[in-house]
Amino acid sequence: MISDNYNEDLAITRAPHKDYPQAVPASFYIDPKKCLFLNYETCQICIPTCQAKAIDFSQKEERLDLSVGAVILAPGFGRISDKVLARYGYGHFPDVVTSLEFERIMCASGPSRGEIIRPSDGKHPQKIAFLQCIGSRDITSGNGYCSSVCCMYAVKEATVVKEHAPDVDISIFYMDMRTAGKGFDASRQRARDTHHLRFIRSRVAEVRERGDKLRLSYADSEGNHREDDFDMVVLSVGLESPEDAQSLARTAGIKLNQYDFCDTKAFLPLDASRPGVYVAGAFQGPKDIPESVMQAIGSAAAAAEILREARGTEVIRKEYPSEMGIAKEPRIGVFVCHCGINIGGVIDITEVAKYAQTLKDVVFVDDSLYSCSQDSQKVIKDAIKEHNLNRVVVAACTPRTHEPLFQETLRDIGLNRCLFEMVNIRDQCSWVHAHEPEEATSKAKDLVRMAVAKARLLYPLPEQTVPVIPKALVIGGGIAGMTAASSIAEQGFECFLVENSAQLGGNLRRLKTTLTGEDPGQLLNEVEARVRNHPRIRVYTNTQIENVSGYIGNFASTLSTETGSEVIEHGVVVVATGGREHRLNKYLYGQSKHVLTQLELEEILSAPEKAKKINEVVMIQCAGSRGDDLSYCSKLCCGQAVKNALRLKELNPAASIYVLYRDVRTYGFMEDYYREAREKGVVFIKYEKENPPVVMPNDDKITVEFMDVLLGEKVKLEPDLVALSVGIVPNEVEELAKLLKIPLNQENFFLEAHVKLRPVEMAVSGVYVCGLAHSPKPIDESIGQARAAAGKACVPLSKGFVAVEPIVSSVGKDKCIGCGICESLCPYKAIHLIKVDKKKKAETITASCKGCGICAAHCPTLAISMGGFTNEEIMAQIRAFGQC
Amino acid sequence: MGREHGAKSGAVLVVGGGVAGVQAALDLAEMGFHVYLVEKSASIGGAMARLDKTFPTNDCAL
Repeated sequence: MISDNYNEDLAITRAPHKDYPQAVPASFYIDPKKCLFLNYETCQICIPTCQAKAIDFSQKEERLDLSVGAVILAPGFGRISDKVLARYGYGHFPDVVTSLEFERIMCASGPSRGEIIRPSDGKHPQKIAFLQCIGSRDITSGNGYCSSVCCMYAVKEATVVKEHAPDVDISIFYMDMRTAGKGFDASRQRARDTHHLRFIRSRVAEVRERGDKLRLSYADSEGNHREDDFDMVVLSVGLESPEDAQSLARTAGIKLNQYDFCDTKAFLPLDASRPGVYVAGAFQGPKDIPESVMQAIGSAAAAAEILREARGTEVIRKEYPSEMGIAKEPRIGVFVCHCGINIGGVIDITEVAKYAQTLKDVVFVDDSLYSCSQDSQKVIKDAIKEHNLNRVVVAACTPRTHEPLFQETLRDIGLNRCLFEMVNIRDQCSWVHAHEPEEATSKAKDLVRMAVAKARLLYPLPEQTVPVIPKALVIGGGIAGMTAASSIAEQGFECFLVENSAQLGGNLRRLKTTLTGEDPGQLLNEVEARVRNHPRIRVYTNTQIENVSGYIGNFASTLSTETGSEVIEHGVVVVATGGREHRLNKYLYGQSKHVLTQLELEEILSAPEKAKKINEVVMIQCAGSRGDDLSYCSKLCCGQAVKNALRLKELNPAASIYVLYRDVRTYGFMEDYYREAREKGVVFIKYEKENPPVVMPNDDKITVEFMDVLLGEKVKLEPDLVALSVGIVPNEVEELAKLLKIPLNQENFFLEAHVKLRPVEMAVSGVYVCGLAHSPKPIDESIGQARAAAGKACVPLSKGFVAVEPIVSSVGKDKCIGCGICESLCPYKAIHLIKVDKKKKAETITASCKGCGICAAHCPTLAISMGGFTNEEIMAQIRAFGQC
Repeated sequence: MGREHGAKSGAVLVVGGGVAGVQAALDLAEMGFHVYLVEKSASIGGAMARLDKTFPTNDCAL
């Protein structure tokens, strides 16, 4: 027995094992560090035990020489050293755990099967403390940077605990709550209010053991010394650079930064120092999943740019066997999934499987621990072959995530993928009826019976593809739009870049410096020259998008230019419409010449002789953001304030600068500049949302009054200038959103298809988003996201076709009376009337159809049916409900 | 690989099989490139495969 690394060493496993049931590849492996034979030349029990004779100790390490055109480095992150963790009692007290260990403790497939227990005595903790910034924002630990993800995962872990056990008392000890990402602040507030999480702004000094509890000592926000006892302490550990960063850097020939992360520049966030080598994910700097995914797509695009001539030269295409003919009589196979204890912990799976066997036309039933694992796919394939199955029903989790996997399994064996039906016994049974196992089991049986009734009537549907016009439309000529256009063109495709104002550049025109010292003017000149001179890019300025019709692969857009209208045809659309500084009616903005925005201050600071005359500045953060005018955090203002403060200090070291803030959100390596600003004497003072600073006129000057919590008294200042961090609002896009039929969120930013895994795609296929139109973000993230949007946009362009889901509507021409109700109701312009033998008949435009079923539901003669959801199929399913 | 001397390779090496590496590999394959995805541990998935749920939607990480 050896400790199980996958479970953070909280469980034991054997030397031959696989990390988790869904692991890919699915085969077992032998841990070479723990195997008795490999270390002591003894044992070898596994060889005769393995019935498949799959154990072969004669295998040797192989050396492969690969010839590649580009390299993408995505080695992830390393762990904070035990030495740093030991300061907080880790290693001494068993109930001090890291957040990663806690993640496994909470997980249904973890060592305690999802039961939240203390490692010391297996008891349920009643009071838990989360300690933030462990190994982050701490130069004594060697890591001056902020790890950018811990605030979010701590809130998540606290929420999950509360969902398991609502009575647990949770305190989160933090320095600044850095939930700066899109929608993150709202989620944090929701979690705090729903679950009554306690947020304590303090760095815990010491963790001691006191009886069976852990005593924390800390100073509260008024500076008073406090102590409190907890049952369990979770250390929110930061992201360290990978352990092998230095050897990887040597091998790849790239530079690292001072913290051993990959060194990149603000304007080339995905380019390592060696040409042809790109970086994605936490190795570029600590970051969360959506940012990592964006960089990954962006770095793929970067590689595709330099290798465009070689595209397709080395691919191996997947061949599917031709579809087998299916017998008339349905032969149904039912596969029921335990999903570990996620379903099996509530529902009696054996009983459901036994019941399925009694249903008409069911000839094979099996249950598996995880039906999504690779072995289970093989079981399904073998059963199809052996029992001549021609319909497959899987009772497991949601078809939203897992239907494509099972459909692929069907295709692999030569069965049409539409001969598949999925039953969601997780969300609809084991989750919602977790406390009523018998009822949940009985409902699962009902759902399986209904699915089988529907499956009997399923029939094969043809795979359809639509050709793609290999051109892109990019809307918006700021840095995001220009970067996307440039990448698409470099990947080998024609691109129309449309800007509604007179010049390219957007907000970049107003930037004078960056925090890391790059020159935005030079970037603007370079990128503008690149897009204007590129043979595959056509730039339109002073141009509006009048109309967009069509669908992925075949869009036609009407542009209204200075010289008239023009229709362009293209296969994809990238939306990069940008945003701008918010304008607010507060803090005397627009009334006093002493009150400016940060961008206006940046303008003044670009003229040193003016800047030298500024002796005192008060910066007000979140002026308008985070619940004032705008509900969200604008993410970039803290960095902008630090940048301007440092610039002013450089020009006039004697200047007094006060930054009034709610949380300083200089995440990642920006933290170094925040520290530098404090070291240079910039004063940061926290204020509460309920008690904001007040700016008052004072003859020709202004007075700022605010509460200093540490001093416990009100402070009045008479600065030369007040700089407001006003936040970012999106540009007006309601019309465009309607034209493209893509959703906006409450704040009018475009809503991506999936927050984590599809951060640049939209709900409508063929439309992608990047830059400030997606959410407020600093310039390096806009550039990275723009390259990602270009990467995704080039997928259909390089394939040359798109596959259409077979669930589209079809019209029975003999039943259709040509009334046109369907055409008037279709939200996607996907069904229209045509003349057939002088009579009007409806016809579906397959590539535009989203399969929503509105047309079928409203057809007075039931002439329209939906692929995979015909009236007969649905009626049979409903009828089966009453036939228990 | 039968390539003309000096011609660019249509293959890309991706180092690391976590969510970033897997995403890059999938997109490159979709774009028409051959991908070598190298991971030092026995299965892909990286840190994300160890997470229970993800912020802010609490979706299953696997």
